[in-house]
Amino acid sequence: MSRRPYTPFVSAKTHLVLLEDAGLRVGPTVILQRVKLSLDAGEKVGLLGPNGSGKTTLLRLLATLQRPTSGGGTVLGADLMSNDIYRIRPHIVLIGHEPGLYPELTLAENCRLVASLAGRDQERAGTALELVGLAGAADRRARDCSRGMLRRTELARALIVEPRLLLLDEAHAGLDESASALVDLIADRVAEGGGTAVLVSHDAERLNVDRSVRVVGGMVEQAS
Amino acid sequence: MTFWRQAREIARKDLVVEARTSEVVLMTAPFGAAALILIPLAIGTDAPLLSQLGAGLYWIVVLLFGVLVILRKSAVDGPAQTDVIRLLGVDPAARFAGATATTAFLLLLFEIILAPVVIALYNPDLRGWPWLLLILPLTAAGLALLGTIAVGVTAGLGTRISLTPLLIIPLSLPLLLGATQALEGLRLGRGILPWLVLLAAVDLALAVAGVLAARPLEEATA
Repeated sequence: MSRRPYTPFVSAKTHLVLLEDAGLRVGPTVILQRVKLSLDAGEKVGLLGPNGSGKTTLLRLLATLQRPTSGGGTVLGADLMSNDIYRIRPHIVLIGHEPGLYPELTLAENCRLVASLAGRDQERAGTALELVGLAGAADRRARDCSRGMLRRTELARALIVEPRLLLLDEAHAGLDESASALVDLIADRVAEGGGTAVLVSHDAERLNVDRSVRVVGGMVEQAS
Repeated sequence: MTFWRQAREIARKDLVVEARTSEVVLMTAPFGAAALILIPLAIGTDAPLLSQLGAGLYWIVVLLFGVLVILRKSAVDGPAQTDVIRLLGVDPAARFAGATATTAFLLLLFEIILAPVVIALYNPDLRGWPWLLLILPLTAAGLALLGTIAVGVTAGLGTRISLTPLLIIPLSLPLLLGATQALEGLRLGRGILPWLVLLAAVDLALAVAGVLAARPLEEATA
């Protein structure tokens, strides 16, 4: 697949992600507090922490789907409090707990929709499905597929979009060995292309990353 | 990708989903038809009365059961799908336009399916029926616009989807008024232009409001 030219919003010397004392509160509940985090180009970073510690919310903040309620930061050079986030969103892929697929569409149709809305060639959808090992199931509706197959199709989305920032929630959960290897392969591909991959997990040993940070009680600690 | 191409892709996706589930044709339309059948049983078989009430009852059934058509849309796009669409950089206004186009088409289909039922059971005066070619789409478009905005408001407020009908029903009064009075005008041989203008003006106002509110509503959903 040919790489889509990326117009950077950041220079090579700046961080792809920089959060400075970012906090997020929903009503009286503090979910994230005083988060300091910097992610550089070419990095694979693990995000560890117990259930309810704020990992998923932090991932949504990095995806620009939520704005901090205190502090601030930049993602791909866009100030999180500005409207620039709308310009950088197409360079971000978030693969969350729930599959973002349409159950009534086939896997191929789901991928073609992504390719079309992302402004990529339709052929890329078929190639991506082949790369994740689902060429034979391309015409199967998403509702008839296993969780693992849906996860693979989500990974195909990352191959279609070729993001600058890849965010994977529960990166290896419920995946067999080959699918886990695929996660690592795609994360490597993003990092090698000058992007950043952030992989969330409960299990540090399963993560194949350059460094990890730990989220505890909504605060980020450097783990390794 | 252009605004219209994005809107077309969203609409096409929704139509494919509807074609495969056939919720409007197989479930909502028979439900609406059943309501039209039950009303004569409840109020008696007074033919002149039914003929007089037919048009009004038709629009009430279209409005109340049309809400089910509108709610179908919110079942198609869950939070995970919405996140994907947002991150693909789809213009919220294009998403609004695509979703509205699908819902308007389905509501129009719903109106067309119910029309023979109301004609058979209520024997309404069909004078000036070609005007229906304008009245039905204008009303369907208005309800679709209103419904898409209401679904967005409900999602943005983080409230239950059951709030949506409470937003749609009162705000649809101008549409209901325009549609019923246009048919009444045809029956009595009066001019219906003011009512058509009302329907078109409401549609236009809702379209402008929907496009302007699309981004804030989508961002509020987070």
